[in-house]
Amino acid sequence: MEQPQIDGAGAGRGSFKSYGTGFLLSIVLTVIPFALVMSGALPRSAIVFGLLGAAIVQMMVHLHYFLHLDASSAARWNLLALAFTLLIMFIFVGGSIWIMFNLNYRMM
Amino acid sequence: MTTDASTIDSIDPGQPEHSDTVAIQAFGFWIYLMTDLVLFAAIFATYAVLGQNYVGGPTGKDLFDLPYAFVETMFLLFSSATCGLVMLAMYKGKKGLVLTGLAVTFLLGLGFIAMEINEFHRMILDGNGPERSAFLSAFFTLVGTHGAHVIFGLIWMAVMMGQVAVKGFTTPVQSRLMRLSMFWHFLDIVWIGLFTFVYLMGVM
Repeated sequence: MEQPQIDGAGAGRGSFKSYGTGFLLSIVLTVIPFALVMSGALPRSAIVFGLLGAAIVQMMVHLHYFLHLDASSAARWNLLALAFTLLIMFIFVGGSIWIMFNLNYRMM
Repeated sequence: MTTDASTIDSIDPGQPEHSDTVAIQAFGFWIYLMTDLVLFAAIFATYAVLGQNYVGGPTGKDLFDLPYAFVETMFLLFSSATCGLVMLAMYKGKKGLVLTGLAVTFLLGLGFIAMEINEFHRMILDGNGPERSAFLSAFFTLVGTHGAHVIFGLIWMAVMMGQVAVKGFTTPVQSRLMRLSMFWHFLDIVWIGLFTFVYLMGVM
């Protein structure tokens, strides 16, 4: 039976190499933050900075290697939708924290 | 502008005939994932606001076991990798490999959710359930919502194993597998935020 070929546009198509690279990077980027917190070797602010950095890079690694998101024309609308969602999330989370902490401060 | 019956038939979402339809379905699913991201953002915002309100109860430092969370994370990471291998096997039309890969992914996901349920169970038995403090309410809502997504992903995966076994690689089945893989990778990305902000920062 001939298998119908589907075009992966919108989700993209990975290769063994891209999944492998993504997986290895992802393992490293998981081990680093856990090791940072569990060893406690660095000052607190440096650890927070490291955690945020590792999380953002790991999310980008997953988006690129697992969800095949890039600047190509096939993924352009996916990228735009993500960018808009990030804007909404920023307003949502940032706004909530701002308002609630301000309220907390004034109620003290 | 002609919208005769034949045009409408050709865009029946149940039976995609063109790769175009598959791409449109994948994009539609992407939009769903983005709305789900907004849902998680709302719960993350709630956790950020309530996460320090312990009312004399236990803090994250007392409750979270980092090696345990690390193993959970590894389960989800490995399942994401095997899910990627399922996609590669599907493009090559290897049915046995796809079924094996889905089974492995399913078991890894099941391992993750079993560990999470065990963690919740232990916390509730110790009197640290969601009713203990605002921090714990927010914690159970956030981690529980992610866990519920994983459970639905597992159900979907079980259904897809059946569809691959019975129907083979028809275009709709391939399209669904592709969207399942998007869903699974998406849940892994949400978990990165969870283990960073809830577990790691909670223990510091």
